[in-house]
Amino acid sequence: MSMIEEPLYPIAVLIDELKNEDIQLRLNSIRRLSTIARALGEERTRKELIPFLSENNDDDDEVLLAMAEELGVFIPYVGGVEYANVLLPPLETLCTVEETCVRDKAVESLCRIGAQMREQDLVEYFIPLVKRLAAGEWFTARVSSCGLFHIAYPSAPEALKTELRAIYSQLCQDDMPMVRRSAATNLGKFAATVEAPHLKVDIMSMFDDLTQDDQDSVRLLAVEGCAALGKLLEPQDCVAHILPVIVNFSQDKSWRVRYMVANQLYELCEAVGPEPTRSELVPAYVRLLRDNEAEVRIAAAGKVTKFCRILNPELAIQHILPCVKELSTDSSQHVRSALASVIMGMAPVLGKDATIEQLLPIFLSLLKDEFPDVRLNIISKLDQVNQVIGIDLLSQSLLPAIVELAEDRHWRVRLAIIEYIPLLASQLGVGFFDDKLGALCMQWLKDKVYSIRDAAANNVKRLAEEFGPDWAMQHIVPQVLDMINNPHYLYRMTILHAISLLAPVMGSDITCSKLLPVVINASKDRVPNIKFNVAKVLQSLIPIVDQSVVEKTIRPCLVELSEDPDVDVRFFATRALESCNQVMMS
Amino acid sequence: MKGGDEEVATPAGPPQPLDWKFSQVFGERIAGEEIQEVDIISAIEFDKTGDHLATGDRGGRVVLFERTDAKDHGLSRRDLERTDYPISRHPEFRYKTEFQSHEPEFDYLKSLEIEEKINKIRWCQTANSALFLLSTNDKTIKFWKVQEKKIKKISKIIADPSKAVGNGNVASSSNSNSPKPFPTNGVSPDRSCNHLGNDISFPPGGLPSLCLPVVTSQETNLVARCRRVYGHAHDYHINSISNNSDGETFISADDLRINLWNLEISNQSFNIVDLKPANMEDLTEVITSAEFHPAHCNMLAYSSSKGSIRLIDLRQSALCDSHAKLFEESEAPGSRSFFTEIIASISDIKFAKDGRYILSRDYMTLKLWDINMDSGPVATFQVHEYLRPKLCDLYENDSIFDKFECCLSGDGLRVATGSYSNLFRVFGCAPESTEATTLEATKNPMRRQVQTPSRPSRSLNSITRVVRQAETLGVDANGNSLDFTTKLLHLAWHPTENLIACVAANSLYMYYA
Repeated sequence: MSMIEEPLYPIAVLIDELKNEDIQLRLNSIRRLSTIARALGEERTRKELIPFLSENNDDDDEVLLAMAEELGVFIPYVGGVEYANVLLPPLETLCTVEETCVRDKAVESLCRIGAQMREQDLVEYFIPLVKRLAAGEWFTARVSSCGLFHIAYPSAPEALKTELRAIYSQLCQDDMPMVRRSAATNLGKFAATVEAPHLKVDIMSMFDDLTQDDQDSVRLLAVEGCAALGKLLEPQDCVAHILPVIVNFSQDKSWRVRYMVANQLYELCEAVGPEPTRSELVPAYVRLLRDNEAEVRIAAAGKVTKFCRILNPELAIQHILPCVKELSTDSSQHVRSALASVIMGMAPVLGKDATIEQLLPIFLSLLKDEFPDVRLNIISKLDQVNQVIGIDLLSQSLLPAIVELAEDRHWRVRLAIIEYIPLLASQLGVGFFDDKLGALCMQWLKDKVYSIRDAAANNVKRLAEEFGPDWAMQHIVPQVLDMINNPHYLYRMTILHAISLLAPVMGSDITCSKLLPVVINASKDRVPNIKFNVAKVLQSLIPIVDQSVVEKTIRPCLVELSEDPDVDVRFFATRALESCNQVMMS
Repeated sequence: MKGGDEEVATPAGPPQPLDWKFSQVFGERIAGEEIQEVDIISAIEFDKTGDHLATGDRGGRVVLFERTDAKDHGLSRRDLERTDYPISRHPEFRYKTEFQSHEPEFDYLKSLEIEEKINKIRWCQTANSALFLLSTNDKTIKFWKVQEKKIKKISKIIADPSKAVGNGNVASSSNSNSPKPFPTNGVSPDRSCNHLGNDISFPPGGLPSLCLPVVTSQETNLVARCRRVYGHAHDYHINSISNNSDGETFISADDLRINLWNLEISNQSFNIVDLKPANMEDLTEVITSAEFHPAHCNMLAYSSSKGSIRLIDLRQSALCDSHAKLFEESEAPGSRSFFTEIIASISDIKFAKDGRYILSRDYMTLKLWDINMDSGPVATFQVHEYLRPKLCDLYENDSIFDKFECCLSGDGLRVATGSYSNLFRVFGCAPESTEATTLEATKNPMRRQVQTPSRPSRSLNSITRVVRQAETLGVDANGNSLDFTTKLLHLAWHPTENLIACVAANSLYMYYA
């Protein structure tokens, strides 16, 4: 075995710490369970370690969670697939604990193991386990069982299959809403393994039960099942069974159910085919786009592009576009924001003419929205429109929007627009950028808020990457270096930061000729914070510039700083000197 | 599940008034003992089965009690019935455990002290014999799990080269699937002698010398662990929390807002009711209490300081500022006084178990509402009408703002609420019932007699004095002995049996009938 080289003592400690008082140590041991197993060997892992872990079921949830995860990949350590069944008992116990995340992980691991088990083992060990859990006294076991049927079912003999279907149907009618929710969540997965004749009868009747549940929370999940089930059924069955349900759901009393429908509807269109989509689903979707509840409109608006992609353009223009126009002036800013985040994607769907004629006015009105998120969402997806109609038509309105966002009084808004500047630059081209945006980028370096200055420094670097060193040499570097004379030390510090970011992009020559002198100069600053930042920057420049420059320029400067009266300056200077020495040695 | 109800329900007509008897007291005060502020109980709640009771106090502690009798006849009820026990069948409780739920805090941003006082406790769905409950102070809600844990006693085992052969024992013993796999394999005592020092020199023996730690102790103890903290969601003081019947969500209500939480998610909540006006000067009422419907997951009720109860339907809209139903009593013309609005404020509402009725408590009355009838309450019970002439005094000493809780019996036939002088009252609310009982939370009737000597003595030892309204209310009404400092604010009715747990300062009294 490969383990012999590994020293024994650390493993002994690891094993002992499985029962340590300190939860961190226990967690650590559990995380390295595979090491322990390899040290013990396959047989002793089966006969000792696994039973030991089965006993360990009252540990803290964090430990149980880690254990559930580790056991999922444990088949190689117990001797391969033929012994996989020994892993089931500890995971079965974990399927019954109170903490949801532990149960979920245990179910996941059981599925992973079950998927590899041999068919006769599944029948002998796995299916009885599923049945035990499904009949569990506590709801926790029954909740877990729902997620295992799709693994158990395919290899079951015919009689057992009938039984499993009956059990699942029972779970769909459990007293506890948690169990019914779990049954609803997993129905799609289970249905995918059930044979077509039973699908139409047994599964559909379970589905019907769930769609009529008293609890909103169960019906919600049944909606999610619609699309999954729809894809399994023949189109005509889907139209006959699923379509009425979803149309019903789209008018459910509960807004949360309608919200789910709004999120799922486009998936169902594919399952039912074009004709029912036109006659049933488009009207349902239009209703949702005009729902009374803003949350539903948000969900519906967010799917507008996906929905349109499925429809043909005429249908989209005829039915959906009018709603989109309404939504662009919706009273809820969140609806407008959701719309703005996807509407640009409609351009490729509708084509050039329709985009210019119909969508462009909407883009422009959203670009003038009072709510910054809406404007930001439009700007962030600019590339999608650019491909269809080019940027020129938009650029007139774009600039005021960008400038306004750049000067927004909320720094988070300013931060967001900075993030998009490289994207804008690439879409708008150098010319546009030089004229309009360059000044903004410099202005951000002098922002009152640190995060903005930080992002601005990064932005300068990304621009240099985008347009190349030559352009940067002309349009960025001089302006940036100018600011090193700012009377406020915090702004000078930002420039130092920007220099350290720019240097790798600009390359050795420019760094030596332009950037380095500025940094060296700054080492004479009266503020210690600047001086120790100079030391840090110099350290970062060492790998970029020539060895001779290091010795001639950087080292003397650092030596001087290392004798500074300020302790921090000395500290960073000394550290930088050390890396100088390292570079020299290598 | 428990068949205690048939005993009290008479076949025809209104049920007979119950004969209340003292059952138990926890934390009884001895005469002259000063009450520590932190010991005063501020919340009380039975769990759904009635097998557990939780109390919270001003010191931020939560104390759990468990039923002792239920477990016996839960196991072998048939045997018990056959043996025809003469002993009491009423529920009895014993102290189970306690834990510190909240600590005093200081909000530095707002320069506010946050008291540790527990405002409300609500039990959640039990799973695997672990108990779950929510507790809240003014600002922060916590989710607790109380569970029995094995005390670990570990015989130290670390690889020992000389014992390489001995491992067969461990292997064989742990192989058997008995509930106690490790205890007596005879190896562990030897192994426990092996010290760390032995192993620092890496043994050449190799891997068979490794073995697993052995847990010897089978003892257990109760451990309460805080699983989640739901904080930073309330600008005002939380007055209520309530679990939803769907088992996955709960609400918390403060003076102006109600938030909806998922039990699993502690960093996010949804605001579903917001009474805060744009200008605080326009504020006319505040939320005083809120509760979910016991069966319909989409329905909840909240009460206001103006004396109205609103029923809202979560299905209608994400923000439920518009109510589905409003329950209000139109005031009788001409009866308006300075105090009308103050005493109309509802201090507590409770849904009856079937969800059809809502019980509300305002300063002077208990009202029972049918949720299908919003024109007025189906019944009104005067709790302490003799105080009406004294409202001025009660206003002066702020007692008029006391928040009394109320409760309903599991069968929905009776309601109860507290009053001053540690009195509480039980009313029959079945049609034609005239039951109206006044009880005092004490087990020693002699103590009060010193103060009101005119009262007839009923010295049934260790049985609380049950005072019929007709006999004694007059005494209370004319005596100045009424003690506004001893008020019985919190009480709870057992979900299935006629058992009331009520709180007098730091003592928990239980009465059964």
